[in-house]
Amino acid sequence: MKILVPVKRVVDYNVKIRVKSDETGVELANVKMSINPFDEIALEEAVRLKEAGTASEIIAVSIGPDKAQEQLRTALAMGADRAILVSTDKAIDLGGVEPLAVAKTLKSIAEKEGVDLIIMGKQSIDDDSNQTGQMLGALLDWPQGTFASELKLDGGKASVTREIDGGLETVSLTLPAIVTTDLRLNEPRYVKLPDIMKAKKKPLETLSEDDTGVSFAPRLEVVKVSTPPARSGGIKVDSVDALLDKLKNEAKVI
Amino acid sequence: MSILIIAEHDNTSLKPATLSTISAAKAIGGDIDILVAGAGVDAVATQCAAIDGITKVLTVDSADLSHPLAEALTPVIVKAADGYTHILAPATSFGKNTLPRVAALLDVQQISDITKVIDDDTFERPVYAGNAIATVKSSDAVKVITVRGSAFDAASAEGGSASVSALGGAEGLGAQDKASFVSQELSVSDRPELTSASVVVSGGRGVGSAENFAIIEALADKLGGAVGASRAAVDAGYVPNDYQVGQTGKIVAPDLYIAVGISGAIQHLAGMKDSKVIVAINSDEDAPIFQVADYGLVMDLFEAVPQLTEKV
Repeated sequence: MKILVPVKRVVDYNVKIRVKSDETGVELANVKMSINPFDEIALEEAVRLKEAGTASEIIAVSIGPDKAQEQLRTALAMGADRAILVSTDKAIDLGGVEPLAVAKTLKSIAEKEGVDLIIMGKQSIDDDSNQTGQMLGALLDWPQGTFASELKLDGGKASVTREIDGGLETVSLTLPAIVTTDLRLNEPRYVKLPDIMKAKKKPLETLSEDDTGVSFAPRLEVVKVSTPPARSGGIKVDSVDALLDKLKNEAKVI
Repeated sequence: MSILIIAEHDNTSLKPATLSTISAAKAIGGDIDILVAGAGVDAVATQCAAIDGITKVLTVDSADLSHPLAEALTPVIVKAADGYTHILAPATSFGKNTLPRVAALLDVQQISDITKVIDDDTFERPVYAGNAIATVKSSDAVKVITVRGSAFDAASAEGGSASVSALGGAEGLGAQDKASFVSQELSVSDRPELTSASVVVSGGRGVGSAENFAIIEALADKLGGAVGASRAAVDAGYVPNDYQVGQTGKIVAPDLYIAVGISGAIQHLAGMKDSKVIVAINSDEDAPIFQVADYGLVMDLFEAVPQLTEKV
C-alpha cells in the first residue's frame, strides 16, 4: 500500500506572530518555520503503518517555496521514502495558493502515484481553513475520515474514529480513502541524527506549478490583515471574597 | 441575493449553531432558505419554519441520511445549491466536515469560520489561531461559507412562518457505499452546551486528575455553566476530547469564562479570548492567562475553587 502525506511549511507553533505594519499579511522573514503540527502527526501515523508492514511506501509532498525542502527533509528523516516539492513563489499562508488549488494539485499527484491512502493534517495552523482534505476527498470521489483520533486498517477498509463536537464517532471507509488527523491520533517521534543523515540521500523531486496543470491564482483577495483588538489585562484580586465582589458588583455576571 | 443555510440537526432537533449561522445570513441580506437533510426530519423542518427570517424550508428525507456523513450529504447539498448566491453552514465539526466537499464540487474557494460580514462578498475571518484577522473578498460566483457561532447572536427561533417543501429530484442522491457509520460515543450531560453556555468553567493540567475535575464540575453546576478544558487536560485523559477549548477545539465566548489551573497557551487563548469576562485562578502568578484575565486570583485552585463554589 502506498501512502501520500502532504506536509506544509508553516510558522512554528511556538512563535508569537506579528502582523505586517502595512496590513498586507503576517511577517514571515526571520521567523522559525516548521512542519505543520497536524502534518507531523499524519507522517507519524504513516510511518507506523509502514513499520507494521501495512504500508509499502510513503511519499511526502509539499507545495511551497524552495525552502520547504527543509520540511520535506524532516519528513524523510521521520520515515518517508521519497518527497515531492511543488515549488511556487506565491504565498502559501494568505493570499496565494489556496486550499482548493492545493487539493487539485494533490489530486493530480495522488492519481499519478496511484496511492491507496492519503493521511494529512486536519488544518494548517497558519490560515486555519480546515478544507484541503475534504476538498481532495470530493475531487477524487474518495471517502474521508476527518479529525481522526484512531485509524485501523483491515483488508480494503479503514476504520476511523473521529473527534466530533459531541464526542467520538467511528466510520468505516472503503479504500482508497483520506484521513485527516486530530491532535490525539499519536505523538510524533523525535528525529534522530542518523535518520537526518540518511534522509539527505533519499530522493526529492521538484515540480513547478506548470507541471501540475493546476492554476494557483487565488480566488480570495486578501483586502487586509489586521491585529485583533488586544484584551487589556485586568486586575489581580487577593481572595475569593474579593473575586466574588468584583463579579457581582463590577462585572455583574453572576 | 439568495442564501441557502445547511441545517445541523440530529433528526430530532436543530443544533443552536444553525441559529447563529442564520444571523450571519441576515447580515449578508436577501432571501434565506434552509435545507434540512436527514431521516425523519418533519420535527426539525417544523422548528426551522418557525425561525424568524426564513423564507423556505427545503427537506430531503431519506434513510440514507440517518447519519450526517459528508459523502452522502455532499451530492444532496450540491443539488440544492443550484441558483443560490451563498451557501452557509455552521463552523462546527459537522459543517467543517461537509462544506469543503461541497465547495470543491462547485469549484469554489470556501471561506472558513467567518466572524464578521463586511458586505455580500467580503468577510472577516481569524487566522493564525486568532492572532490576526484577515479580511477576504471572494471572486467566486457562489460564496461557500462556514460561520463561527460565537461571533453571531442566535436568530430568534420564533416568529417565522416559512413554507416547507420536499426538494425535488434528490431521491437516491445520498446513497453511497464508500463510507458508513459504525458507532458513536457521545458525552451525556445535563449541563448547557459548551459553545452556547453563558458561563464556562474550564480546567487545565493544574487540576491534576480526572477525579479532581469534580471540583470544576461542582462550580460549573452551581453557576449553571458548561465545563471546558485545555488541550493539556484532554491529552492527559482527565476529560473527553469534546471538552477542549482552543484553536483546534471549541471556540467559546460566554459572558463569564473561569480558567482554573490553565497556563494560557496561545492555542487555548484562541478559543476563549472573546469571552465577555475572564477569570483566571492559578497558583503561578506569571502564567500567561493572567494577561488576558479581567480578574486574576493567584491561589491554589484546590482551596479557591471549593470556596468559590460554596460562596457563589
